[in-house]
Order: sequence, then C-alpha cells, then structure tokens
Amino acid sequence: MQRIGVFVCHCGSNIAATVDVKKVVEMVKQEPGVVHAEDYQYMCSEAGQSRVAAAIREHGLTGLVICSCSPRMHETTFRKCAEKAGLNPYMVEIANIREQCSWIHKDVEEATKKAVILARAAIAKVDRDAPLQQGESVVTKRALVIGGGIAGIQTALDIADAGYKVDIVEKSPSIGGRMSQLDKTFPTLDCSACILTPKMVEASAHENITIYTYSEVEKVTGFVGDFTVDIRKKARSVDMSKCTGCGVCQEKCPSKKTPNEFNRGLNTRSAIYTPFAQAIPNVPVIDREHCIKFKTGKCGVCSKVCQAGAIDYDQKDEIITEKYGAIVVATGFDMIKLDKYGEYSYQESPDVITSLELERIMNAAGPTKGHLERLSDHKPPKEMVFIQCVGSRCSDKRGKSYCSKICCMYTAKQAILIRDKYPDVNVTVFYIDVRTPGKNFDEFYRRAVEEYGVDYIKGQVGKVSQTGDGKLLVQGVDLLDQKRILKKADMVVLAAAIEPNEDARKLATMLTASMDTNDFFTEAHPKLRPVESPTAGVFLSGVAQGPKDIPETVAQAGAAAVKVIGLLAKDKLKTNPCTAKPDELLCNGCSVCANVCPYGAISYIEKEVRDHGIREVRRIASVNSALCQGCGACTVACPSGVMDLQGFSNRQIIAEVDAICK
Amino acid sequence: MQERMTGMVRQETESKLIARAKELLADQTVARVLGWKSGDMDYNPEPGYFNSAQELESQFVYNGFCGANLSKYMIEASKMEGRTLVFLKPCDTYSFNQLIKEHRVDREKAYIIGVGCKGKLSAEKIRQQGITGIETVSGAGMDDGCDELKITTIYGEEASCSYASAMLERCHVCKGKEHVIFDEEIGESRDTVDAERFAEVERIEAMTPEERFAFFQKELSKCIRCNACRNVCPACNCRKCVFDQDKFDTSQKANANSFEEKMFHIIRAFHVAGRCTDCGECSRVCPQGIPLHLFNRKFIKDINEFYGEFQAGADCETRGPLTDYTFGDVEPGIVAERSQSCSK
Amino acid sequence: MQIESKEEFRPKIVAFCCNWCSYAGADLAGSSRLAYPADIKIIRVPCSCRVNPLFILRAFEKGADGVIMCGCHPGDCHYTTGNFYARRRMTLLFSMLDYLGVENGRTRVEWVSAAEGAKFSATMNEFAEKIQSLGRNVRLEDIRCRKE
Repeated sequence: MQRIGVFVCHCGSNIAATVDVKKVVEMVKQEPGVVHAEDYQYMCSEAGQSRVAAAIREHGLTGLVICSCSPRMHETTFRKCAEKAGLNPYMVEIANIREQCSWIHKDVEEATKKAVILARAAIAKVDRDAPLQQGESVVTKRALVIGGGIAGIQTALDIADAGYKVDIVEKSPSIGGRMSQLDKTFPTLDCSACILTPKMVEASAHENITIYTYSEVEKVTGFVGDFTVDIRKKARSVDMSKCTGCGVCQEKCPSKKTPNEFNRGLNTRSAIYTPFAQAIPNVPVIDREHCIKFKTGKCGVCSKVCQAGAIDYDQKDEIITEKYGAIVVATGFDMIKLDKYGEYSYQESPDVITSLELERIMNAAGPTKGHLERLSDHKPPKEMVFIQCVGSRCSDKRGKSYCSKICCMYTAKQAILIRDKYPDVNVTVFYIDVRTPGKNFDEFYRRAVEEYGVDYIKGQVGKVSQTGDGKLLVQGVDLLDQKRILKKADMVVLAAAIEPNEDARKLATMLTASMDTNDFFTEAHPKLRPVESPTAGVFLSGVAQGPKDIPETVAQAGAAAVKVIGLLAKDKLKTNPCTAKPDELLCNGCSVCANVCPYGAISYIEKEVRDHGIREVRRIASVNSALCQGCGACTVACPSGVMDLQGFSNRQIIAEVDAICK
Repeated sequence: MQERMTGMVRQETESKLIARAKELLADQTVARVLGWKSGDMDYNPEPGYFNSAQELESQFVYNGFCGANLSKYMIEASKMEGRTLVFLKPCDTYSFNQLIKEHRVDREKAYIIGVGCKGKLSAEKIRQQGITGIETVSGAGMDDGCDELKITTIYGEEASCSYASAMLERCHVCKGKEHVIFDEEIGESRDTVDAERFAEVERIEAMTPEERFAFFQKELSKCIRCNACRNVCPACNCRKCVFDQDKFDTSQKANANSFEEKMFHIIRAFHVAGRCTDCGECSRVCPQGIPLHLFNRKFIKDINEFYGEFQAGADCETRGPLTDYTFGDVEPGIVAERSQSCSK
Repeated sequence: MQIESKEEFRPKIVAFCCNWCSYAGADLAGSSRLAYPADIKIIRVPCSCRVNPLFILRAFEKGADGVIMCGCHPGDCHYTTGNFYARRRMTLLFSMLDYLGVENGRTRVEWVSAAEGAKFSATMNEFAEKIQSLGRNVRLEDIRCRKE
C-alpha cells in the first residue's frame, strides 16, 4: 500500500471560488492509502512546493496527488518538486480540478463532488503507480529548417551563428519566399529586396548552412534529438557545380509561354528559369513539364548555348538521408484561391487583382517594370479601389474565420505608395475594421488618411462588375453614412486572405505535429511555448504557425532558433519512461503489437524463459524504450494483455474507471 | 481396443490416409501423426496422436463426424521433436495459415495432408430431429454417398435422416473445397453450401434493439463459463487468457451475474476479430448450444462491409483488419447512422 | 426493480481523452469557461489507441451510463497512426454493442483537436443530453456494482 499525500490547490480563487477545497481535503482523507491531505493557496508557488516537499519527508509519502490545474500545466513542476524531495517523479498524479471542474461548473456543491471524484481517480491511479526511471538518448547536433523564406533564413542564420550545422530545405528553385516578391515593407517603406537579399547571401555563404533548393521533405522518422529525414532533391536538369549563372540559356530558351509563378502569373517565363534575378542559388532549373526537349525530345537549345556544359537532361531526383536533432517548420503561406468569390469578377477582369499581384506590378523587376498600369489596356488608372477582408474574418464556409492580420497594413502601404508616386490617382479602401496595432502602425495608417488623402469607407463591397467602357463598377455600402455606394474604378485590388502553404498538412502528418482546423501548426502552449510544437523537437517559425508580419516573423524565427540551440546544446536527452513493456512470461510472440507500432520499437527475440519449472526458448516481444513513444497502440492490439504501458497501465486505467463509476 | 457396435466400416479413403501415414512414419518423414481417434460412439471421434502403425490401424478414423479442427494442436506439436503429420480439412487450413502468421506454429514442423470433406455432422442435429439414443450411424463415411444417414438406437429402432440435415451450421456456409496450405491432398470434397453465410446475422440485425437484447440475453444466460469455446478456438491461443490473469482485474471463472458472460463473449470475439477464420468450432463444442459463431460472424460481416472483404487465414502475409487502416475509414458514428436509416 | 423519477437520474459518463488533442481541447474549454455537465469525468490517456474495449465495458459494468472517447482528428495523431487503429476498434466494438441490443447512443467517438475547446464543450453537452434521455444503463450494468 502506498502512503499517499493529497494536496489541494486553491489557485487563488480560480479553484477555491467554486470548489470547497476544505471539503475535498476532508473527503480524500477517508480514502484508503491517504495518510496526509492539505490545501494551500498556490500549490505551484515556491511556498506551496516546499509544503509538498516537507510533507513527503514528514509523512514518508510514497505517492502524491495534486488537485490543481491541468497536468499539461504543472505536472512537470510537481514531478521536479517530488524528485527534489527524494520521491520518484513518476509517483505523482494530477487531478485536474481547475480546467475540468472549477472553471466549467458554477454550483459549488456539484463542483466539489466532482473534484472529490477526480481526486479519488488520481488516488486510485497513484496507488498503482510504479517508480519509473528516465532513459537517455543522444542528440544529433544538426538542425533542419523546412522552408527558405525569411522565417527559415533567419532561424537558420541564428542557429548557424551559434555554431551548429543547419540545413534549409526549400521546395522552389530559390530561397527568399514571399518576402522576395514584395516591393516595399511597412511601416518604414524600405525596399524588401534591400533587406532580404543580404540575408539570403549570408545564409548561402555561411559555413554552417547547407541549402537544398528545389527539394522537399519526403519522410521523417525518429524523435526529438534523433530524427532521420529523407529529402528529395528534385532533378534540376542543371549541374549546380558547373553553372555560372550567366543566364544565356534563359534568354535563348524557345519555350517562353509558361506562367511566371514569381510574378503570380501576370507574365510568362522560359522553361529553363531562375525565379528572379537575385535568386539563390543563381542556378536555373528546367521546368520539365513545359520544356520542349522533355516534351518532344527535340530542342536542346540550352545545352547548346551553355558554355559551361551544365545542362544535364538525364539528371534524376536524388534522395538525401540525413540525421537531425531538431526540425523547424517555416513553410509560410500563400493567398487563398478566389474561385469561390465570383462577385469580385477576379476571374473575368484582368484589372481586378490581388494585393500580392499589385506588389509585383509596383516592383521595378515586375511584369510592368514598376509602372502602375491596368493589365487590360496598359493605361494608368485614375480610380483605384481596395477591398479588405476578402476571405478573412469570414463567417461562411468560403473563406477563413481568422483575421489575416497583415492586410490592413499592406493596404495602407500600397495606398501611400500609389498616392506618393501618382498623386492624381484616387484611392478608396473598403474595410470592415482597420486593425493596426503595432509599433508605428497606427501612425502609418493615419498618414495614409490624413497626409495622403486615401478615402477609407467602412463597409463591404457586394459586387464588382465590368462595364461597357472597360471600367469596373464597384457596388458597396457605407455603413457609417448608411448609404449604398456605386463607384467606377479602373483597378480593384483584393486583400485576399492568407492561408498556410498547401503542403503544410502533409508535412504535419510526417512530423506528427498537430495543426488547428485552419492548417496552421499548433504551438505547445499559446502563451508559454509559442514557438514549439507539442511534438518534441519540432519548432515553429513564421506564418506556418499563424498570420504575422515580417518583424513578428523574424522575432519568432529567432525565438525558434534559441529553442533549437538550447536543445542542440545538450549532449543527451532524458527519455520518457512511460513506455510499453511486455510480460515476458506470458507473451505469445504473435507479432500483432509490432504490426501496429508506428516507431518500429518492437522486435522479437528468442529468449529462454522459465515458466512453472519448464525451461524453454520462446519468441517474445522486446520493446526498445529509446524508440517507444508510449502511445499504447500495442497494449490494445495484444489480446492477452501482455503488453502494458508504464505510467498508464491497464490496472491504473481500470482503477480510474472504477473510481469514477463508484 | 474394446469391441463395440459400430455403423462405420473402413473405407477406401480412410485406408489411404492410414496407409500414407504409415509410410511417412516408416520413412521417418514424420515422428507422429495428428488425426482423429475413434471415440466411444460413432459420432464422437476425438483428436489424438498416433505414434505407430498399430495405433493408426486400430484407432484412426476419418468420417463425417471428424469435425474437430486439428490446427490448434499443432501449437504444442511444433515444440515437439521432429515433424508431425497433421490432417487438415479445407476449412482447417485457414486456421493453420493464421497460426503461421502469428508465429504460433512452425510450418517446418508440420507435414500437412489436406483431406477431403463432404460436410461435417453433429449428433445434436440428429437428436434435434427426434432421433434419440443413437447407437450406430452409417452412411457418414468418406466414400458413402453422403445423402442419407442410417441410425440404430439403443431402443432397437432404426431411423434415418438426410446427411445435410445433420450437418454442422458451418458446413452449410462452407468457405470452399480448396486447401489453402498443404503438402499433399487425399480424398474428394463436396460442395455443401446451401445457405447464406450472413443470413442469421442479418436476421438479428433487423430486430429492434429490445429484441436483440432479449435474444442474446436468452442465449448467453445459458453460458456456464466452461471455457470450451476458448479452449477449442484456434485463434484463442494466448498463453494465458486475459480472463485468467489479474492485469485487468478481470480474472474470474464463474458467472456471478448476467454481465460477465457478455463481457467475456464480447471481448473474446473482439480479440479474435480479424483473426477468426469462422471455423465454427466454438459453436460445435458449446455444451449449452449457444450459437457463438454469431458473434464472430458479426465482426466478419462488419469488417467486410467497412474495410473490404477479408478472410483470415487465406494467406500468411496480409495485414489483419485491426492492424491496418486507411485514412478514409468509416467513423464509429456509422453504427448509430446505420440503425437510424434502418428504423426509417 | 428501480422506480425512479427522471429528475433524480444523473448519468455517470466517462470520457477518455487523448493527451495531445482532446485533453488539451478540454483544457481549452475550461480556460474559455465553456461549461458542460459535471456528470462527465475525463480520464487522460496518451492516445485514443490506448483505450481498450475492456475499459469501456468495465465502465458500463461499474454503472457508467455513457462512454465517450475523444482523440486527435484522423491524420493529426501525435503518434501518427494511433487514432486510425482506435477508429477501427471502436467502430467494431460499438457495432457489436449495438448488435447485442445496447442503445447505440451510449457510446460515441469524437475527434477534438487542442484548438477546439468549443467543440469539446458542445460535444459533451450533446452527449450528456443524449445519455440523460436514454436514462440509466441497465443492459450492460452489473447490478452487484450498483449502490442503492
């Protein structure tokens, strides 16, 4: 029989206001095995913890039950506390009487009753707890950053600067990401390329950074400290070691009709291409889908003109397998597709564009060389209308329920830039709310209104239609003046919602990292662990975790890097001791458990056992506790119940069930 | 061997089996033979080992009453010195394959003679037709026409019934005449299928929940927890059953109350789900006549419907349905949805 | 046997929640103060694939009136595949219980992510209501366990 101590936390009034903590103490004292029970205002505080430690010594406690907040919050705290006081840290169970009791119930009597039952279940569980010892696993001192945008670049640079090797995997032919497509950045209006390109160069020149562009993560196995990752390096058809980046191949390529992704399809590019002039690496790729040589076998112009002899039509995809201690997800975002928003005539009219397309139009390297013009007739516009929240803060299924966060600011930026460069162009912005929290953000927006005379109208646009004279008719409402607005415009710019990269979910599945309903990666704790995924060893950087602007992205990228550095600085990690364990005497060796193990942690050994005086060699299951992550799939697959999960054993869970149903 | 009245005469197929077994024993291909021994009555032969030609000659039988599935005995035989000759009917070979898959038997230790089968009989089925006090039965031999059984009773009466009417339930829904694993085959098999495999399950499914509950309550209340079903089942081959150990605090022998047999039979069926070949031994041996196969067959039917046709033991490699998945598997909510659409 | 008025009946409901998604979802429901009946008690398991059918039957045996299991959405399992196995197991178990004439509303599986506090609360309210309407579980209960 254990000697159990129960500690009931008030959590200030968070628990005590709804749960009669004194009553809980009184009730649990009657439970068998409980030799001590007390309540305290903040059990997790220094003073609270020393009370627990004192009680362990004074009463010779062998098990602890802490009735407090969620174990996800303070289980580790109390385990450490127990360990310091000489108790095995796994002899601690938490009864969650805050999140799952006091915070959701109003009736004191009812909440108190439930708290007692939850405490009883925890007591029953701790009574069947066994001391567990943590194992150790080694840490591979190399990090993988998935995504080569500003988030990935910054994370990689910070990790590399700390002296650790980092690999960046980027699926497009160049690093740079969305930021490389932008013209200017808010609220300082400095040129995006001017601040990004040096970072790209720094990353590519860094001795600790290896960049795999035109590559994708194909397979991830292993666990924190010891991931094994297969990276598919897609065939570039150009030998990177030979190419000098002269660009002649691109000039001479006869296939020039491929929509240019970098310019959001506003113009075309050649089949052999680098996405943009400052691309890193400055080595083109052959887009095999559009290359005449690959389609028909006849052409080969690029090969003929390449003086370096770098063109290699026979190049094959290559799989690189590398070990990593930590993985950073920096997969970024894209704009939502607008096919469900027929009312804005985006598909019909070339003069209805998205904000990112406008960025390209305003960029000197863009399809119009930086001249603001209508794409239909190349005439300069006189009236421009911006529509906010296209697909953001959307209550219906077409769009996203969240705020894309960056649109208010970049729209103000675009409006200012247009008014500054083309003072005769009138700019109108339709908005639901203008959201500009951030350093110098609201001042920036005020400048757009006050200094640059941008016309902000609170209201939504119901329809954009093409008129006979080649113009656009915008029908909206002004909610403040309570009137309908009909406005003729030359160009309409849609602030389309941003969404996580389409490959993100596939990646999350590979990493076993969780995502929210919008496919943003979930953080381990929204406030306390914002750059870590709940999956140990996986970290989050940039918009992959949620909408954010460049300064925030860079801040988060640095934070993720620090977490990675903290991990890689360790030589060994403590492993979770809550792993599966077979009863060797009863194991059938049937392999059903190995079939369901996602980690390949179960193997079979021929072992001599002594069973009731009989010695025989049997095939029995053996769990590699360094690989086992403790999911428990094997425990249920095993028909004889031979496989059990330490820390969540069959008898413990049954005891909890019994305590709850009593 | 004791003298007794018998309606069975040694027939050609049976003699062939004995002759072949003797040969294999003589040339030391096998160390022993696992087959059926004559019992005290015509209708109850039982599994047994034969170590010599004499034993085979005097005790070996193979006829319509040899329903016992011998594959499970191969778990023990696999641990013995030398190979064992085992006779397996077509349906038994599925169980054997399944046992190979679970590493419970050693293929190398078995010499499998696939024997023909014309449907297996149950004395109980004869009694159900009003023929009691059975003394001898003839017409159940492998070389008989297997159309009619002639029975003499201890009351000195003679009676007869059709072969099919005395067949075990499982033979009416036979899996087929093919042996899925064997070293050699002896004897002809016959098509015995004359019923829908899932008809009875469907009949129960169509009942109201109250009727279903009453049906199973009635059937399961007969259970005496003798564990015959568990002991005979080739899939129930755990070293120690969960119900005999304290890992779940479930160890208990007797039924103290109506819940326990339910728990036992649900869990037993669940543990063999995806592994049960539907050999029907559980129902054959139940002394209380509980149609236990209805549990297993329900799981088989669900598995077929939800995850695609699956026959346990058809091979030794395919993943079982409970150790496999697809992303688009049906949700557990299907159960409630299905019953709603039924009641409409 | 028991003659009870509906008012007196308070169901016992056991909810198995996986540590990574649903238990976190329950925590979020708590911190968002999204109420659900106190009749529901949560048991934390590492993954939905840890839930043994024996646990569920045990709960019913001991007098639970409803059992719900929550896990990560398919494809989001912290252990990659756990909930896929759990899904098959529970589908078959629930189907068997239904076949035995046990009211199929007494068992439920719901996938709740760590971000779905509102869904967790809504699900629990709905389930509690369903069990309330089904009344006491008599078909799977071991009457010896009943406290009169």
